[in-house]
Amino acid sequence: MNKFKSLRLGWGVIPVVIFLGIWEVTARLHLASGHFFFPPFSAVVAEFYYLTINGVLGKNFLSSLIRVLIGFSLGSILGLVVGIIMGWKNMVDKALSPIISLFYPIPALGWLPLLMLWFGIGEVLPIAIVFICSFFPILYNTVTGIKNVDKNYIHVARTLGASDIEIITTVVMPLALPNIFTGLRLEAGMAWRVIIAAEMVAIPTGIGALMMKAESLLRMDIIIVCLIILGAMCLFFEKFFTFLEKKVTSRWR
Amino acid sequence: MPLIKFKNISKYICREVNLEVFNGELLVLLGPNGAGKSTLLNIVAGLIDYKGSILFDDKPVDKFPTHKRKIGYLFQELNLFPHLNVVSNIAYGLRAHKIDPHKIKVRVGKLLQLMRIQHLSSCYPKKLSGGEKQRVALARALALKPEVLLLDEPLNSLDTQSSKYLRMEIRQLQKKLGITTIYVTHNLTEAEEMADRIAIIEEGHIEQVGRPEEVFFYPQSKKVSDFIGSPNILDCAHCQDIGKGLLEVDCGGLPIIIPDEGNMVKKIVLLPRDIYISQTKPPGPDINRFKGVITHINLTNELVRLKIKAGENNLTAEVPYHIFEGMDLKVGKEVFLILKLRRIKSI
Repeated sequence: MNKFKSLRLGWGVIPVVIFLGIWEVTARLHLASGHFFFPPFSAVVAEFYYLTINGVLGKNFLSSLIRVLIGFSLGSILGLVVGIIMGWKNMVDKALSPIISLFYPIPALGWLPLLMLWFGIGEVLPIAIVFICSFFPILYNTVTGIKNVDKNYIHVARTLGASDIEIITTVVMPLALPNIFTGLRLEAGMAWRVIIAAEMVAIPTGIGALMMKAESLLRMDIIIVCLIILGAMCLFFEKFFTFLEKKVTSRWR
Repeated sequence: MPLIKFKNISKYICREVNLEVFNGELLVLLGPNGAGKSTLLNIVAGLIDYKGSILFDDKPVDKFPTHKRKIGYLFQELNLFPHLNVVSNIAYGLRAHKIDPHKIKVRVGKLLQLMRIQHLSSCYPKKLSGGEKQRVALARALALKPEVLLLDEPLNSLDTQSSKYLRMEIRQLQKKLGITTIYVTHNLTEAEEMADRIAIIEEGHIEQVGRPEEVFFYPQSKKVSDFIGSPNILDCAHCQDIGKGLLEVDCGGLPIIIPDEGNMVKKIVLLPRDIYISQTKPPGPDINRFKGVITHINLTNELVRLKIKAGENNLTAEVPYHIFEGMDLKVGKEVFLILKLRRIKSI
Protein backbone atom coordinates (compact mmCIF):
# COMPACT_ATOMS: atom_id res chain seq x y z
CA MET A 1 0.00 0.00 0.00
CA ASN A 2 2.79 2.43 1.03
CA LYS A 3 4.65 1.52 -2.13
CA PHE A 4 1.65 2.53 -4.23
CA LYS A 5 1.26 5.74 -2.26
CA SER A 6 4.86 6.79 -2.84
CA LEU A 7 4.52 5.82 -6.50
CA ARG A 8 1.44 8.07 -6.84
CA LEU A 9 3.33 10.91 -5.14
CA GLY A 10 6.23 10.33 -7.53
CA TRP A 11 3.93 10.70 -10.51
CA GLY A 12 2.89 14.12 -9.22
CA VAL A 13 6.44 15.33 -8.62
CA ILE A 14 8.00 14.13 -11.88
CA PRO A 15 6.22 16.65 -14.20
CA VAL A 16 7.18 19.51 -11.85
CA VAL A 17 10.84 18.42 -11.88
CA ILE A 18 10.80 18.09 -15.67
CA PHE A 19 9.18 21.52 -16.01
CA LEU A 20 11.76 23.16 -13.73
CA GLY A 21 14.57 21.33 -15.58
CA ILE A 22 13.38 22.57 -18.97
CA TRP A 23 12.98 26.07 -17.53
CA GLU A 24 16.52 26.07 -16.11
CA VAL A 25 18.13 24.68 -19.27
CA THR A 26 16.18 26.96 -21.61
CA ALA A 27 17.16 30.04 -19.62
CA ARG A 28 20.77 29.05 -19.07
CA LEU A 29 21.35 28.20 -22.74
CA HIS A 30 19.44 31.33 -23.87
CA LEU A 31 17.14 29.19 -25.98
CA ALA A 32 14.19 31.52 -25.55
CA SER A 33 14.09 34.74 -27.51
CA GLY A 34 14.53 37.83 -25.30
CA HIS A 35 16.44 35.81 -22.73
CA PHE A 36 17.09 38.90 -20.61
CA PHE A 37 13.48 38.70 -19.58
CA PHE A 38 13.64 35.01 -18.74
CA PRO A 39 15.75 34.22 -15.65
CA PRO A 40 16.64 30.62 -14.81
CA PHE A 41 14.80 28.90 -11.97
CA SER A 42 17.95 28.86 -9.83
CA ALA A 43 18.15 32.67 -10.11
CA VAL A 44 14.57 32.92 -8.92
CA VAL A 45 15.35 30.69 -5.94
CA ALA A 46 18.41 32.78 -5.15
CA GLU A 47 16.37 35.99 -5.32
CA PHE A 48 13.70 34.43 -3.10
CA TYR A 49 16.41 33.67 -0.55
CA TYR A 50 17.89 37.14 -0.84
CA LEU A 51 14.49 38.89 -0.52
CA THR A 52 13.69 36.77 2.52
CA ILE A 53 17.00 37.46 4.22
CA ASN A 54 16.83 41.21 3.75
CA GLY A 55 13.21 41.31 4.97
CA VAL A 56 11.70 42.89 1.84
CA LEU A 57 9.59 39.86 1.01
CA GLY A 58 8.47 39.32 4.61
CA LYS A 59 7.39 42.95 5.04
CA ASN A 60 5.39 43.09 1.80
CA PHE A 61 3.93 39.62 2.29
CA LEU A 62 2.82 40.52 5.79
CA SER A 63 1.12 43.69 4.51
CA SER A 64 -0.84 41.69 1.93
CA LEU A 65 -1.61 38.88 4.38
CA ILE A 66 -2.99 41.24 7.05
CA ARG A 67 -5.16 43.01 4.46
CA VAL A 68 -6.52 39.71 3.17
CA LEU A 69 -7.17 38.35 6.65
CA ILE A 70 -8.97 41.47 7.87
CA GLY A 71 -10.95 42.08 4.66
CA PHE A 72 -11.83 38.42 4.20
CA SER A 73 -12.82 37.89 7.84
CA LEU A 74 -15.03 40.98 7.91
CA GLY A 75 -16.59 40.15 4.52
CA SER A 76 -17.20 36.52 5.48
CA ILE A 77 -18.65 37.26 8.89
CA LEU A 78 -21.01 39.94 7.58
CA GLY A 79 -21.85 37.81 4.53
CA LEU A 80 -22.71 34.92 6.83
CA VAL A 81 -24.82 36.99 9.20
CA VAL A 82 -26.78 38.78 6.46
CA GLY A 83 -27.02 35.50 4.52
CA ILE A 84 -28.49 33.69 7.51
CA ILE A 85 -31.05 36.44 8.08
CA MET A 86 -31.99 36.52 4.38
CA GLY A 87 -32.13 32.73 4.13
CA TRP A 88 -34.28 32.43 7.24
CA LYS A 89 -36.61 35.39 6.84
CA ASN A 90 -38.36 35.53 3.51
CA MET A 91 -39.37 39.15 3.99
CA VAL A 92 -35.77 40.29 4.46
CA ASP A 93 -34.76 38.20 1.46
CA LYS A 94 -37.41 39.80 -0.70
CA ALA A 95 -36.40 43.28 0.48
CA LEU A 96 -32.63 42.87 0.00
CA SER A 97 -32.51 40.54 -3.00
CA PRO A 98 -32.90 43.26 -5.65
CA ILE A 99 -29.99 45.27 -4.19
CA ILE A 100 -27.78 42.21 -3.79
CA SER A 101 -28.58 41.02 -7.33
CA LEU A 102 -27.53 44.42 -8.62
CA PHE A 103 -24.21 44.58 -6.77
CA TYR A 104 -23.21 40.90 -6.89
CA PRO A 105 -22.16 40.80 -10.58
CA ILE A 106 -19.87 43.86 -10.25
CA PRO A 107 -16.25 42.64 -10.13
CA ALA A 108 -14.52 43.66 -6.90
CA LEU A 109 -11.86 45.64 -8.81
CA GLY A 110 -14.64 47.62 -10.49
CA TRP A 111 -15.14 49.33 -7.12
CA LEU A 112 -11.52 50.49 -7.01
CA PRO A 113 -11.90 54.02 -8.52
CA LEU A 114 -14.86 54.76 -6.29
CA LEU A 115 -13.14 53.43 -3.18
CA MET A 116 -9.97 55.42 -3.98
CA LEU A 117 -12.04 58.57 -3.93
CA TRP A 118 -13.94 57.58 -0.82
CA PHE A 119 -11.09 56.24 1.31
CA GLY A 120 -7.98 57.64 -0.41
CA ILE A 121 -4.76 55.66 -0.77
CA GLY A 122 -4.29 53.90 2.52
CA GLU A 123 -4.86 50.72 4.47
CA VAL A 124 -8.67 50.97 4.33
CA LEU A 125 -8.75 50.75 0.54
CA PRO A 126 -7.33 47.22 0.05
CA ILE A 127 -9.27 45.91 3.03
CA ALA A 128 -12.48 47.37 1.56
CA ILE A 129 -11.74 45.73 -1.81
CA VAL A 130 -11.19 42.32 -0.21
CA PHE A 131 -14.28 42.86 1.94
CA ILE A 132 -16.44 43.46 -1.15
CA CYS A 133 -14.83 40.54 -2.95
CA SER A 134 -15.72 38.18 -0.05
CA PHE A 135 -19.02 39.59 1.14
CA PHE A 136 -21.30 39.09 -1.87
CA PRO A 137 -20.34 35.52 -2.86
CA ILE A 138 -20.36 34.28 0.73
CA LEU A 139 -23.71 35.97 1.32
CA TYR A 140 -25.08 34.35 -1.85
CA ASN A 141 -23.80 30.88 -0.93
CA THR A 142 -25.12 31.18 2.62
CA VAL A 143 -28.60 32.20 1.43
CA THR A 144 -28.62 29.32 -1.08
CA GLY A 145 -27.37 26.85 1.54
CA ILE A 146 -30.02 27.85 4.05
CA LYS A 147 -32.84 27.87 1.53
CA ASN A 148 -31.80 24.40 0.34
CA VAL A 149 -32.20 22.86 3.79
CA ASP A 150 -35.14 20.44 3.67
CA LYS A 151 -38.05 22.15 5.43
CA ASN A 152 -38.95 18.90 7.16
CA TYR A 153 -35.77 19.11 9.26
CA ILE A 154 -37.01 22.47 10.49
CA HIS A 155 -40.46 21.01 11.15
CA VAL A 156 -38.93 18.14 13.09
CA ALA A 157 -36.86 20.52 15.21
CA ARG A 158 -39.94 22.65 15.83
CA THR A 159 -42.07 19.70 16.94
CA LEU A 160 -39.24 18.82 19.32
CA GLY A 161 -39.47 22.25 20.92
CA ALA A 162 -36.47 24.06 19.44
CA SER A 163 -36.63 27.86 19.24
CA ASP A 164 -35.80 29.73 16.02
CA ILE A 165 -32.27 30.49 17.24
CA GLU A 166 -31.74 26.84 18.20
CA ILE A 167 -33.06 25.67 14.85
CA ILE A 168 -30.69 28.02 13.03
CA THR A 169 -27.63 27.11 15.08
CA THR A 170 -28.20 23.38 15.53
CA VAL A 171 -29.97 22.35 12.32
CA VAL A 172 -29.96 24.92 9.53
CA MET A 173 -26.37 26.14 9.82
CA PRO A 174 -24.77 22.70 10.03
CA LEU A 175 -26.82 21.50 7.06
CA ALA A 176 -25.95 24.63 5.08
CA LEU A 177 -22.23 24.22 5.83
CA PRO A 178 -21.31 22.50 2.55
CA ASN A 179 -22.65 25.49 0.59
CA ILE A 180 -21.08 27.99 2.95
CA PHE A 181 -17.71 26.27 2.67
CA THR A 182 -17.91 26.35 -1.11
CA GLY A 183 -18.23 30.12 -0.88
CA LEU A 184 -15.41 30.45 1.64
CA ARG A 185 -13.09 28.19 -0.35
CA LEU A 186 -13.57 30.00 -3.64
CA GLU A 187 -13.43 33.46 -2.16
CA ALA A 188 -10.35 32.81 -0.02
CA GLY A 189 -8.34 32.30 -3.21
CA MET A 190 -10.12 35.16 -4.94
CA ALA A 191 -9.24 37.53 -2.06
CA TRP A 192 -5.53 37.02 -2.84
CA ARG A 193 -6.02 37.62 -6.55
CA VAL A 194 -7.92 40.83 -5.82
CA ILE A 195 -5.51 42.20 -3.23
CA ILE A 196 -2.54 41.72 -5.56
CA ALA A 197 -4.38 43.51 -8.36
CA ALA A 198 -5.37 46.36 -6.04
CA GLU A 199 -1.83 46.73 -4.70
CA MET A 200 -0.48 46.81 -8.24
CA VAL A 201 -2.80 49.64 -9.19
CA ALA A 202 -3.22 51.81 -6.15
CA ILE A 203 -1.26 50.85 -3.04
CA PRO A 204 2.45 51.33 -2.45
CA THR A 205 3.03 48.29 -0.20
CA GLY A 206 2.35 44.57 -0.45
CA ILE A 207 3.24 41.80 -2.86
CA GLY A 208 1.38 43.48 -5.74
CA ALA A 209 3.27 46.75 -5.19
CA LEU A 210 6.55 44.82 -5.01
CA MET A 211 5.74 43.30 -8.38
CA MET A 212 5.13 46.73 -9.90
CA LYS A 213 8.42 48.04 -8.49
CA ALA A 214 10.22 44.99 -9.88
CA GLU A 215 8.60 45.60 -13.26
CA SER A 216 9.96 49.16 -13.38
CA LEU A 217 13.44 47.81 -12.55
CA LEU A 218 13.10 44.97 -15.11
CA ARG A 219 13.56 42.42 -12.30
CA MET A 220 11.86 39.34 -13.76
CA ASP A 221 13.21 37.15 -10.94
CA ILE A 222 11.40 39.22 -8.29
CA ILE A 223 8.17 39.22 -10.33
CA ILE A 224 8.33 35.44 -10.60
CA VAL A 225 9.00 35.10 -6.86
CA CYS A 226 5.89 37.21 -6.21
CA LEU A 227 3.80 35.17 -8.64
CA ILE A 228 4.88 31.94 -6.99
CA ILE A 229 3.93 33.36 -3.59
CA LEU A 230 0.56 34.45 -4.94
CA GLY A 231 -0.09 30.97 -6.39
CA ALA A 232 1.01 29.30 -3.17
CA MET A 233 -1.21 31.52 -0.99
CA CYS A 234 -4.30 31.00 -3.20
CA LEU A 235 -3.70 27.26 -3.05
CA PHE A 236 -3.02 27.29 0.70
CA PHE A 237 -6.18 29.25 1.54
CA GLU A 238 -8.35 27.07 -0.70
CA LYS A 239 -6.86 23.88 0.70
CA PHE A 240 -7.25 25.17 4.24
CA PHE A 241 -11.01 25.55 3.76
CA THR A 242 -11.23 22.18 2.01
CA PHE A 243 -9.48 20.65 5.01
CA LEU A 244 -11.73 22.51 7.44
CA GLU A 245 -14.86 21.43 5.56
CA LYS A 246 -13.76 17.80 5.61
CA LYS A 247 -12.89 18.03 9.28
CA VAL A 248 -16.30 19.46 10.15
CA THR A 249 -18.60 17.52 7.82
CA SER A 250 -16.88 14.25 6.86
CA ARG A 251 -18.35 12.31 9.79
CA TRP A 252 -21.90 12.72 8.56
CA ARG A 253 -21.67 13.41 4.82
CA MET B 1 -53.75 10.73 26.76
CA PRO B 2 -56.11 13.20 25.12
CA LEU B 3 -59.11 12.83 22.96
CA ILE B 4 -58.47 14.71 19.73
CA LYS B 5 -61.31 16.43 17.92
CA PHE B 6 -61.16 17.99 14.48
CA LYS B 7 -63.91 20.60 14.19
CA ASN B 8 -64.71 21.93 10.73
CA ILE B 9 -61.08 21.84 9.66
CA SER B 10 -60.36 23.36 6.25
CA LYS B 11 -56.99 23.68 4.54
CA TYR B 12 -55.89 23.00 0.97
CA ILE B 13 -57.94 20.05 -0.27
CA CYS B 14 -59.49 19.39 3.17
CA ARG B 15 -62.95 20.89 3.55
CA GLU B 16 -64.92 20.99 6.80
CA VAL B 17 -63.30 17.87 8.24
CA ASN B 18 -64.84 16.59 11.45
CA LEU B 19 -63.21 13.66 13.18
CA GLU B 20 -62.61 12.29 16.65
CA VAL B 21 -59.65 10.26 17.82
CA PHE B 22 -60.30 8.48 21.10
CA ASN B 23 -58.03 8.34 24.11
CA GLY B 24 -55.18 5.90 23.60
CA GLU B 25 -56.42 4.55 20.29
CA LEU B 26 -54.54 4.15 17.04
CA LEU B 27 -56.56 5.73 14.28
CA VAL B 28 -55.37 5.11 10.76
CA LEU B 29 -56.03 7.85 8.21
CA LEU B 30 -56.29 5.82 5.04
CA GLY B 31 -56.52 7.30 1.58
CA PRO B 32 -54.81 7.71 -1.75
CA ASN B 33 -51.94 10.13 -2.36
CA GLY B 34 -53.06 13.75 -2.33
CA ALA B 35 -56.19 13.04 -0.31
CA GLY B 36 -55.17 15.42 2.49
CA LYS B 37 -53.88 12.93 5.06
CA SER B 38 -50.54 14.63 5.76
CA THR B 39 -52.25 18.01 5.78
CA LEU B 40 -54.46 16.85 8.66
CA LEU B 41 -51.40 15.62 10.56
CA ASN B 42 -49.60 18.92 10.04
CA ILE B 43 -52.71 20.69 11.32
CA VAL B 44 -52.77 18.61 14.51
CA ALA B 45 -49.06 19.34 14.92
CA GLY B 46 -49.66 23.07 14.42
CA LEU B 47 -47.14 23.24 11.59
CA ILE B 48 -49.53 25.00 9.23
CA ASP B 49 -52.35 27.44 9.80
CA TYR B 50 -55.92 26.33 9.15
CA LYS B 51 -59.58 27.15 9.49
CA GLY B 52 -61.62 25.37 12.15
CA SER B 53 -60.50 24.08 15.49
CA ILE B 54 -58.44 21.26 16.97
CA LEU B 55 -59.35 20.21 20.49
CA PHE B 56 -57.32 18.09 22.87
CA ASP B 57 -59.63 16.84 25.65
CA ASP B 58 -62.22 19.40 24.56
CA LYS B 59 -59.75 22.28 24.92
CA PRO B 60 -58.84 24.16 21.74
CA VAL B 61 -55.14 24.11 21.02
CA ASP B 62 -55.28 26.25 17.88
CA LYS B 63 -53.26 29.03 19.48
CA PHE B 64 -50.63 26.65 20.87
CA PRO B 65 -47.35 26.56 18.98
CA THR B 66 -46.16 23.13 17.88
CA HIS B 67 -43.91 22.45 20.85
CA LYS B 68 -46.70 23.15 23.35
CA ARG B 69 -49.05 20.57 21.84
CA LYS B 70 -47.12 17.64 23.35
CA ILE B 71 -46.93 15.72 20.13
CA GLY B 72 -44.39 13.33 18.72
CA TYR B 73 -44.21 13.44 14.93
CA LEU B 74 -42.63 10.81 12.74
CA PHE B 75 -42.29 12.21 9.22
CA GLN B 76 -42.48 10.17 6.04
CA GLU B 77 -38.81 10.82 5.25
CA LEU B 78 -37.91 10.35 8.93
CA ASN B 79 -35.55 13.34 8.66
CA LEU B 80 -32.97 12.20 11.14
CA PHE B 81 -30.49 15.05 11.48
CA PRO B 82 -27.59 13.79 9.37
CA HIS B 83 -24.98 15.79 11.30
CA LEU B 84 -25.94 14.32 14.67
CA ASN B 85 -25.30 10.78 15.86
CA VAL B 86 -28.06 8.53 17.16
CA VAL B 87 -27.79 9.69 20.77
CA SER B 88 -27.80 13.38 19.80
CA ASN B 89 -30.75 12.83 17.46
CA ILE B 90 -32.79 11.22 20.23
CA ALA B 91 -31.67 13.81 22.78
CA TYR B 92 -32.41 16.77 20.48
CA GLY B 93 -35.84 17.58 21.92
CA LEU B 94 -34.70 17.01 25.49
CA ARG B 95 -31.79 19.42 25.02
CA ALA B 96 -34.08 21.97 23.38
CA HIS B 97 -36.24 21.80 26.51
CA LYS B 98 -33.11 22.47 28.64
CA ILE B 99 -33.56 19.28 30.61
CA ASP B 100 -30.79 18.37 33.06
CA PRO B 101 -27.99 16.52 31.16
CA HIS B 102 -28.03 13.61 33.60
CA LYS B 103 -31.76 13.12 33.09
CA ILE B 104 -31.24 13.32 29.33
CA LYS B 105 -28.65 10.57 29.53
CA VAL B 106 -30.99 8.34 31.51
CA ARG B 107 -33.97 8.99 29.22
CA VAL B 108 -31.95 8.40 26.05
CA GLY B 109 -30.53 5.21 27.55
CA LYS B 110 -34.06 3.95 28.23
CA LEU B 111 -35.19 4.76 24.70
CA LEU B 112 -32.16 3.06 23.17
CA GLN B 113 -33.07 0.00 25.21
CA LEU B 114 -36.77 0.21 24.36
CA MET B 115 -36.02 0.39 20.65
CA ARG B 116 -33.15 -2.14 20.95
CA ILE B 117 -30.61 0.15 19.30
CA GLN B 118 -28.01 0.51 22.09
CA HIS B 119 -25.32 -0.75 19.72
CA LEU B 120 -25.99 2.15 17.33
CA SER B 121 -25.67 4.98 19.85
CA SER B 122 -22.61 6.62 18.29
CA CYS B 123 -23.51 5.95 14.63
CA TYR B 124 -24.47 8.70 12.21
CA PRO B 125 -27.68 8.29 10.16
CA LYS B 126 -25.81 7.62 6.90
CA LYS B 127 -24.54 4.37 8.41
CA LEU B 128 -28.00 3.11 9.45
CA SER B 129 -30.31 0.76 7.56
CA GLY B 130 -33.90 1.76 6.81
CA GLY B 131 -35.26 -0.17 9.79
CA GLU B 132 -32.65 1.24 12.15
CA LYS B 133 -33.39 4.78 11.02
CA GLN B 134 -37.03 4.04 11.71
CA ARG B 135 -36.29 3.01 15.27
CA VAL B 136 -34.10 6.05 15.93
CA ALA B 137 -36.74 8.40 14.52
CA LEU B 138 -39.41 6.76 16.66
CA ALA B 139 -37.20 7.02 19.75
CA ARG B 140 -36.64 10.70 19.00
CA ALA B 141 -40.39 11.27 18.60
CA LEU B 142 -41.06 9.53 21.93
CA ALA B 143 -38.23 11.21 23.86
CA LEU B 144 -40.37 14.02 25.24
CA LYS B 145 -43.11 11.59 26.34
CA PRO B 146 -45.67 13.06 23.94
CA GLU B 147 -49.37 12.63 24.56
CA VAL B 148 -50.14 12.34 20.88
CA LEU B 149 -48.11 10.44 18.30
CA LEU B 150 -48.39 11.37 14.62
CA LEU B 151 -46.98 8.91 12.10
CA ASP B 152 -46.89 9.96 8.45
CA GLU B 153 -46.40 6.88 6.26
CA PRO B 154 -43.28 6.00 8.24
CA LEU B 155 -42.79 2.57 6.68
CA ASN B 156 -42.94 3.67 3.06
CA SER B 157 -39.27 3.34 2.30
CA LEU B 158 -38.86 -0.13 3.80
CA ASP B 159 -38.97 -3.53 2.12
CA THR B 160 -42.06 -5.66 2.73
CA GLN B 161 -40.49 -7.86 5.39
CA SER B 162 -39.00 -5.04 7.48
CA SER B 163 -42.18 -3.05 7.08
CA LYS B 164 -44.29 -5.92 8.40
CA TYR B 165 -41.97 -6.44 11.37
CA LEU B 166 -41.87 -2.77 12.28
CA ARG B 167 -45.64 -2.49 11.95
CA MET B 168 -46.00 -5.05 14.67
CA GLU B 169 -43.40 -3.32 16.80
CA ILE B 170 -45.03 0.08 16.46
CA ARG B 171 -48.41 -1.41 17.29
CA GLN B 172 -47.09 -3.17 20.38
CA LEU B 173 -45.28 -0.06 21.52
CA GLN B 174 -48.35 2.09 20.99
CA LYS B 175 -50.46 -0.30 23.06
CA LYS B 176 -47.83 -0.50 25.77
CA LEU B 177 -47.54 3.28 26.06
CA GLY B 178 -51.27 3.82 25.53
CA ILE B 179 -50.49 6.88 23.47
CA THR B 180 -53.18 8.43 21.25
CA THR B 181 -51.88 7.89 17.73
CA ILE B 182 -52.83 9.00 14.25
CA TYR B 183 -51.18 6.86 11.59
CA VAL B 184 -51.31 7.99 7.98
CA THR B 185 -51.00 5.48 5.16
CA HIS B 186 -52.31 4.59 1.72
CA ASN B 187 -51.59 0.94 2.33
CA LEU B 188 -54.68 -1.11 3.07
CA THR B 189 -52.83 -4.02 4.67
CA GLU B 190 -50.95 -1.66 6.96
CA ALA B 191 -54.21 0.01 7.99
CA GLU B 192 -55.98 -3.26 8.59
CA GLU B 193 -53.17 -4.71 10.71
CA MET B 194 -52.58 -1.67 12.87
CA ALA B 195 -55.79 0.25 13.29
CA ASP B 196 -58.17 0.35 16.20
CA ARG B 197 -60.25 2.39 13.79
CA ILE B 198 -59.79 3.46 10.21
CA ALA B 199 -60.82 6.82 8.77
CA ILE B 200 -61.02 6.70 5.01
CA ILE B 201 -60.24 10.04 3.43
CA GLU B 202 -60.74 10.91 -0.24
CA GLU B 203 -60.23 14.33 -1.77
CA GLY B 204 -60.08 15.98 1.64
CA HIS B 205 -63.32 14.46 2.85
CA ILE B 206 -63.68 11.79 5.52
CA GLU B 207 -65.75 9.12 3.77
CA GLN B 208 -66.10 6.64 6.60
CA VAL B 209 -64.77 6.00 10.08
CA GLY B 210 -64.99 2.65 11.79
CA ARG B 211 -63.27 -0.50 12.96
CA PRO B 212 -61.42 -2.26 10.14
CA GLU B 213 -64.08 -4.96 9.80
CA GLU B 214 -66.85 -2.34 9.65
CA VAL B 215 -65.07 -0.58 6.84
CA PHE B 216 -64.52 -3.82 4.97
CA PHE B 217 -67.95 -5.33 5.44
CA TYR B 218 -70.06 -2.22 5.31
CA PRO B 219 -68.42 0.31 3.00
CA GLN B 220 -70.72 3.30 3.15
CA SER B 221 -69.97 4.69 -0.27
CA LYS B 222 -68.74 3.59 -3.65
CA LYS B 223 -65.56 5.62 -3.07
CA VAL B 224 -64.78 3.58 0.05
CA SER B 225 -65.66 0.35 -1.66
CA ASP B 226 -63.45 1.23 -4.61
CA PHE B 227 -60.58 2.30 -2.40
CA ILE B 228 -60.55 -0.88 -0.37
CA GLY B 229 -60.66 -2.80 -3.63
CA SER B 230 -64.39 -3.50 -4.11
CA PRO B 231 -64.33 -6.55 -1.85
CA ASN B 232 -66.53 -9.59 -2.32
CA ILE B 233 -68.91 -9.74 0.63
CA LEU B 234 -70.67 -13.08 1.02
CA ASP B 235 -73.48 -14.07 3.41
CA CYS B 236 -72.86 -17.29 5.29
CA ALA B 237 -75.61 -19.81 6.00
CA HIS B 238 -73.95 -22.51 8.10
CA CYS B 239 -70.86 -22.43 10.19
CA GLN B 240 -69.05 -25.55 11.35
CA ASP B 241 -65.88 -25.92 13.41
CA ILE B 242 -63.58 -28.33 11.61
CA GLY B 243 -60.70 -28.05 14.09
CA LYS B 244 -57.14 -26.79 13.70
CA GLY B 245 -58.39 -23.23 14.08
CA LEU B 246 -60.59 -23.45 10.98
CA LEU B 247 -64.28 -23.09 10.26
CA GLU B 248 -66.28 -24.24 7.28
CA VAL B 249 -68.99 -21.84 6.19
CA ASP B 250 -71.54 -22.21 3.47
CA CYS B 251 -71.71 -19.15 1.26
CA GLY B 252 -74.21 -19.40 -1.57
CA GLY B 253 -73.56 -23.08 -2.05
CA LEU B 254 -69.78 -22.91 -1.70
CA PRO B 255 -68.16 -24.64 1.31
CA ILE B 256 -65.47 -22.11 2.24
CA ILE B 257 -62.82 -22.75 4.87
CA ILE B 258 -61.89 -19.67 6.92
CA PRO B 259 -59.70 -18.97 9.96
CA ASP B 260 -61.61 -19.31 13.24
CA GLU B 261 -61.54 -15.95 15.00
CA GLY B 262 -63.80 -17.12 17.81
CA ASN B 263 -67.04 -15.49 16.73
CA MET B 264 -70.18 -16.58 14.92
CA VAL B 265 -69.64 -15.92 11.25
CA LYS B 266 -72.40 -14.11 9.40
CA LYS B 267 -70.45 -12.67 6.51
CA ILE B 268 -67.08 -13.12 4.95
CA VAL B 269 -65.15 -10.66 2.85
CA LEU B 270 -62.45 -11.28 0.30
CA LEU B 271 -60.67 -8.79 -1.92
CA PRO B 272 -60.64 -9.45 -5.68
CA ARG B 273 -56.84 -9.57 -5.64
CA ASP B 274 -57.01 -12.43 -3.13
CA ILE B 275 -58.77 -14.74 -5.59
CA TYR B 276 -56.47 -16.63 -7.96
CA ILE B 277 -57.72 -17.78 -11.36
CA SER B 278 -56.60 -20.98 -13.08
CA GLN B 279 -57.70 -22.49 -16.38
CA THR B 280 -56.83 -26.00 -15.25
CA LYS B 281 -57.66 -27.80 -12.03
CA PRO B 282 -55.17 -26.47 -9.49
CA PRO B 283 -52.97 -28.95 -7.62
CA GLY B 284 -53.25 -29.44 -3.86
CA PRO B 285 -56.14 -30.32 -1.51
CA ASP B 286 -59.62 -29.56 -2.68
CA ILE B 287 -60.10 -26.72 -0.18
CA ASN B 288 -61.29 -23.27 -1.20
CA ARG B 289 -61.02 -24.28 -4.84
CA PHE B 290 -64.18 -23.85 -6.86
CA LYS B 291 -65.37 -23.93 -10.42
CA GLY B 292 -66.96 -20.82 -11.84
CA VAL B 293 -68.05 -19.27 -15.11
CA ILE B 294 -66.84 -15.88 -16.34
CA THR B 295 -69.82 -13.57 -16.81
CA HIS B 296 -68.06 -10.27 -17.43
CA ILE B 297 -64.58 -8.97 -18.24
CA ASN B 298 -63.59 -5.39 -17.45
CA LEU B 299 -60.24 -4.13 -18.73
CA THR B 300 -58.74 -1.23 -16.77
CA ASN B 301 -55.22 0.21 -16.92
CA GLU B 302 -53.05 -2.54 -15.53
CA LEU B 303 -55.66 -4.84 -14.06
CA VAL B 304 -58.41 -6.98 -15.50
CA ARG B 305 -61.51 -7.47 -13.39
CA LEU B 306 -63.46 -10.66 -13.95
CA LYS B 307 -67.00 -11.28 -12.75
CA ILE B 308 -67.38 -14.97 -12.06
CA LYS B 309 -70.48 -16.91 -11.14
CA ALA B 310 -69.56 -19.56 -8.57
CA GLY B 311 -72.42 -21.35 -6.82
CA GLU B 312 -75.02 -18.66 -6.20
CA ASN B 313 -72.33 -16.00 -5.81
CA ASN B 314 -71.15 -13.38 -8.22
CA LEU B 315 -67.49 -12.96 -7.32
CA THR B 316 -65.05 -10.37 -8.59
CA ALA B 317 -61.46 -11.42 -9.20
CA GLU B 318 -58.51 -9.36 -10.35
CA VAL B 319 -55.76 -10.42 -12.73
CA PRO B 320 -52.77 -8.29 -13.75
CA TYR B 321 -53.03 -7.41 -17.43
CA HIS B 322 -49.78 -9.13 -18.44
CA ILE B 323 -51.04 -12.41 -16.91
CA PHE B 324 -54.47 -11.99 -18.48
CA GLU B 325 -52.80 -11.63 -21.87
CA GLY B 326 -51.15 -15.03 -21.47
CA MET B 327 -54.44 -16.73 -20.58
CA ASP B 328 -57.31 -17.57 -22.82
CA LEU B 329 -60.14 -16.04 -20.78
CA LYS B 330 -63.51 -15.25 -22.35
CA VAL B 331 -67.03 -14.61 -21.15
CA GLY B 332 -68.79 -17.96 -20.67
CA LYS B 333 -65.58 -19.85 -20.09
CA GLU B 334 -65.26 -22.15 -17.06
CA VAL B 335 -62.33 -21.41 -14.72
CA PHE B 336 -61.09 -22.53 -11.32
CA LEU B 337 -61.01 -20.11 -8.40
CA ILE B 338 -58.61 -20.40 -5.49
CA LEU B 339 -59.47 -18.31 -2.43
CA LYS B 340 -56.54 -17.29 -0.24
CA LEU B 341 -57.41 -18.67 3.19
CA ARG B 342 -55.52 -16.15 5.34
CA ARG B 343 -56.94 -13.20 3.45
CA ILE B 344 -60.58 -14.08 4.20
CA LYS B 345 -62.04 -11.88 6.89
CA SER B 346 -65.23 -12.60 8.76
CA ILE B 347 -67.78 -11.07 11.10
